[in-house]
Amino acid sequence: MTTATAQIGGAGGAVRYGSMARANKRALRWSYFFLTLFVIFFLMPPIYMFITSLKTSAEIGAVTNPWWVYNPTLENYTTLLTQKSFLTFFKNSAIVSVLVVSVTMVVSVLAAFSLARMRFWGSATLATGVFLTYLVPETLLFIPLFKIFATFHDYTGIALINHWWVLIVLYPTLTVPFCTWIMIGYFSSIPKELDEAALIDGASYFQILTKVFIPVALPGIIAAMIFCFTVSWAQFLYPLAFTTSEDQLVLPVGIVTTLIKGDVYNWGQIMTGALLGAAPPLIIYAFLMDYYIAGLTAGATKG
Amino acid sequence: MADAVASDVRVSTARRPTGARAFLRRKEMIAFFFALPLILIVLTLVIYPAFYALHLATLNKSMQHFVGLGNFTFLFKRNTFWMVVEQSVLFAVTAVMFKAVIGFIVAHFVHNIPQKGQRKWRGMLLIPWVIPPAMSTLAWLWLFDPSYSAFNWVLTHIGLDGIPWLGNPYWARFGVILVNVWVGSPFFMIMYLAALKSVPEQLHEAAAIDGASWFQKIWYVNLPMMRNIIQITALFSLIVTFANFDIVKILTNGGPVDQTHVFATWSFTLGIWGNDLPLGASVSLFMFPILAIAATLILRNVRKRGNEA
Repeated sequence: MTTATAQIGGAGGAVRYGSMARANKRALRWSYFFLTLFVIFFLMPPIYMFITSLKTSAEIGAVTNPWWVYNPTLENYTTLLTQKSFLTFFKNSAIVSVLVVSVTMVVSVLAAFSLARMRFWGSATLATGVFLTYLVPETLLFIPLFKIFATFHDYTGIALINHWWVLIVLYPTLTVPFCTWIMIGYFSSIPKELDEAALIDGASYFQILTKVFIPVALPGIIAAMIFCFTVSWAQFLYPLAFTTSEDQLVLPVGIVTTLIKGDVYNWGQIMTGALLGAAPPLIIYAFLMDYYIAGLTAGATKG
Repeated sequence: MADAVASDVRVSTARRPTGARAFLRRKEMIAFFFALPLILIVLTLVIYPAFYALHLATLNKSMQHFVGLGNFTFLFKRNTFWMVVEQSVLFAVTAVMFKAVIGFIVAHFVHNIPQKGQRKWRGMLLIPWVIPPAMSTLAWLWLFDPSYSAFNWVLTHIGLDGIPWLGNPYWARFGVILVNVWVGSPFFMIMYLAALKSVPEQLHEAAAIDGASWFQKIWYVNLPMMRNIIQITALFSLIVTFANFDIVKILTNGGPVDQTHVFATWSFTLGIWGNDLPLGASVSLFMFPILAIAATLILRNVRKRGNEA
C-alpha cells in the first residue's frame, strides 16, 4: 500500500517536474515578452527625440510618418553647437554642476565622518535632522529664498538674483542632506578596528578621514558624486525662478525658454537641445551604472 | 555650601588637562567643527527659509503690512485653490500607485530572467530616471503636440480618432500622470529588484514544495518580505510627486484653465509670475502637512529597518 502511493507520488512528481520545466520556459518567454513591451514604453520618448533631432523643419511639418526619418540631417546639431547662447547654457550648467559637486562632497564627507564616527553632543539628533531636511522639497523653499535673497541685496548690495552663481548657493540644499545621509551609511559600515589602529599609530582625525575612510568608502563617494551631479544638472525650478537673463541661464531652462519663442516651436532644435542636455547624465550612467544604482538604493536601505 | 561644592567639582575637572576627559572634549570639538559647514547650510538655507515662509504668508502683496491669516481666507474662497488641492492629491496618489504597481511587476520580470541578462535589461529600463525630467517632458510635449502628435498619427492609422492630449482637461490630467509614471517607475523597479534579491531562495523552494502557485509565492512570500522597502519607496515617492514641478510646468503649465495645476506650479505662477510672494508662499505651505506625515512614517520605517539589520 505504502509502496503504491509512493509510486503514484513518484510518477506524479516526475510528470509535474516535466510540466514545471515547461511552465518555467513559458514563464521565461512571457517575461521577455513583457520586458520588451516595457522597454518600448520606457525608451520611446528618448528615441523619438533622436528621430526628430535628425529631421529638417520641412520634414517635421510634412504629413509623413513621424516615426521615420526620410532625409536625415545633422543640421540641428550644427546649428545648436555653433550658437553662442546654447554654448553659454552648456558652460553655465557644467560650471555650476562641477562646483556644486565639489562643495557638496567636502561638506558632506566631513559632516558624515563626524556624525558617523566621532559623535558630539546632539550629533544623533543632527543625523536625523539631516535626513528630514533631505525630505524638504525645493518647491517649498524657493519663494522664501527668493525674498531672503532680495532682502540680502537691500542690505549688502550684493545681487544674488539673476546671476548663474546663485545656483551654487542654492543647489546644496538639495544635494548636501542626501549625500551626508548616504555617506553616514557608508562610513558606519567601515569596521571600527581600522580607525582605532590608525589612532593608536598616532594619526589625527583628519588623517584618519583622508587616509582610511575616504579610500575605503570610495565606491560610496563616487555614488554620492554621481547623484550630486545628476541633481545639479537636472534642476529646473531654482534656475527658472532665480535667473532670467539669457547669458545667466543653465541648460534645462535655456532650452525651454529660448528655443520656444511664443507659439513658434522649432521642434527639431528643441529635441536636439533636449538630447544634448540629457547626454552628460546618460554618458555617466552608461559608464558607471553600478555606482549609480548603488547610490539610488542606498538612500532607503542604509543608515 | 552647595556653591562651594559645585565650584570645587568644577575646579577639580578643570585641573585635569590630560586624560580621557580632555581627550574626549577635544574630540568633540573637532567633530563639531567638521559638521559645522553642514549645520550652517541646513540652518541658513533650509530651516530659516522654512520658518520665513510662515512669516511671509502673513503679509500682504507688497509685503508691508501684516494681514494675519488673510492670505489663507482669500485662498479658501477661491475655486481654483480647491481645484489645485484636488488635482495635487489626485496626481500624487494615482501616480504613486501606478508607479508602485508597474515597478513591482517589472522588477519581477527582470528577476525572472537568467542572471547574466538582467544587467542589460535593468540598464535600459532605468533610462527614464536618468534623463533630466525637464528634458524628457519636452519629448512628451512633442509627442502630445495638437497638430503633429506622433501618437495620433498611429491612432488614425489604425482607424481610431486622434486624442486632444493636452487640450482637454481630463486628457491633460491623464497626460501629466502618465509622464510622471514614466519618469518614476524605473526608480520603484530598482528598489523592488534590490528587495527581491534579498528574499532568501529557500523560502521560494519551501513554498514550491508546499505546492504554491506563482501568485501565492508573490503574495505570501515576496510581498511580506519586501513590505518595508515597498513602504519606504512609496512614501519617498509620495513626497517627491506631491511636490512635483517640472512635469506639470512644461507639459501643461497648469492649463487648460488651471485644471492641471498642482501646489508647486500654482505657487510659482502666483508668487514669481504674479509677483505676490506672500500668496505663493501660502499656497506652497499647504504641501507641508502631507510631507510631515510622510516623513514621520519614513523615519519610523527606516529606524525599524536599522534595528532589524
